[in-house]
Amino acid sequence: MPVNKIDETCDRAVADIVDGSTIMIGGFGSFGGLPIHLIVALAKQGAKNLTIIANQGGVGFELSKRIKPDGYQDIGILVQNGQVKTFIGSVPVLGGMPPTSPLEILHNERKVEIEMVPQGTLAERIRAGAGGLGGFYTSTGVGTRVEIGKEKRVINGREYLLELPLSADFALIKAHKADTLGNLVYRGTARCFNPIMAMAAKTTIVEVDQLVQPGEIDPEAVVTPHLYVNRIVEVKR
Amino acid sequence: MKMRLDEQTIALRAAKEFENGMVINLGYGMPGLCANFIPEGRTVFFQGENGILGYGPFGVDEEKDYELINASDQPVTRLPGMCFFDSAASFDMIRGGHIDLVILGAYQVSEEGDLANWGRPGRPATGMGGGIDLASGGKKLMVMMLHTTKEGGPRIVRECTFPLTARNCVKTIFTDIAVIDVTKQGLVLREVAPAWTAEEVQSLTEPNLIVGEDLKEIEL
Repeated sequence: MPVNKIDETCDRAVADIVDGSTIMIGGFGSFGGLPIHLIVALAKQGAKNLTIIANQGGVGFELSKRIKPDGYQDIGILVQNGQVKTFIGSVPVLGGMPPTSPLEILHNERKVEIEMVPQGTLAERIRAGAGGLGGFYTSTGVGTRVEIGKEKRVINGREYLLELPLSADFALIKAHKADTLGNLVYRGTARCFNPIMAMAAKTTIVEVDQLVQPGEIDPEAVVTPHLYVNRIVEVKR
Repeated sequence: MKMRLDEQTIALRAAKEFENGMVINLGYGMPGLCANFIPEGRTVFFQGENGILGYGPFGVDEEKDYELINASDQPVTRLPGMCFFDSAASFDMIRGGHIDLVILGAYQVSEEGDLANWGRPGRPATGMGGGIDLASGGKKLMVMMLHTTKEGGPRIVRECTFPLTARNCVKTIFTDIAVIDVTKQGLVLREVAPAWTAEEVQSLTEPNLIVGEDLKEIEL
């Protein structure tokens, strides 16, 4: 009998996330690709001292209305709640927005640390963590403040920086469709960071638009193989 | 009458550089407008670092789909032949030199072609995003920017004072008053906006400009 991976609610799926956990959260920028219901459940659950790894730090509900008139929740709610100790990502704050996102406010008050990582390096560090690699060399960031404190090496006449892997205790993922085993397919640009983060955590929790039976997803189309997925919640929309 | 070009017009000029078959990444903000000005008869493919290749024009109200966006978070539309991939694969394309042309916005560009386009004074948390990867990995990098700051100071400078995106990476700068190439000899002024003179452009530019032999008015 395969293990049952289905959770009835997002609240139940995030219930065992403890204080001090490192959590990857999928998505790219605004709400397309963000596991919004899992984020809101984590905000309600209240785990603290979290390290969040995500591409963008979220704008918070108030500023989100500039992107979508009704507004939406994002990682900003976790920051605003005081649950986040460290944020690791490529866009902690959007330059085009007023300086009032929860992350910018709390970072300026020295209540949240930020590690800023070029976006491609962030993706590759996650893939390295997922694939059991000790790191990789990239020329991204040479000659800029990104190189500070990093091993530099010349390979075939070009300068490269050593970047180290990232992994997590939990990953919160948004996919379009899952079968009950946990095979995942995504929709459009909501794919972004989700598949690589799904592979890089000890426990991967997925919110999906639609849950189907094994065999109903074409095996040729599976993006995330089921062995990476631990919990699935269907949130019909 | 001497005027500065608006953003749409700068985009129109920059898009003339699109060549048939090119894979192009348009950076956050102003460069995104170039997608509306593909020269007639040419086919190009837009890559977004969020994991999309071959997207169509911006979506209008009823077709807006936030699971179909460009890297500036703007809803775009489907075109036959478009495809999606994850962020790691997307940056393989970028770092690996598979993007023919990258157009980014900028706060400052130096005489040597150094680019500063993400860090803002007083706002240390402002994100660098994928600009650093794009500036160091694309085959050819062009920049679209306003020629001067709000206060009238130069943005084309001897040395960037804002945090660097990458060194020696910019090939061409499109501004609201000029088109400038970065060459080994220095900055070469190729085109000026209607009614502007080379001297006037120079007076708003910190480093010395070499006036191109074939200097002309920007053709639109």
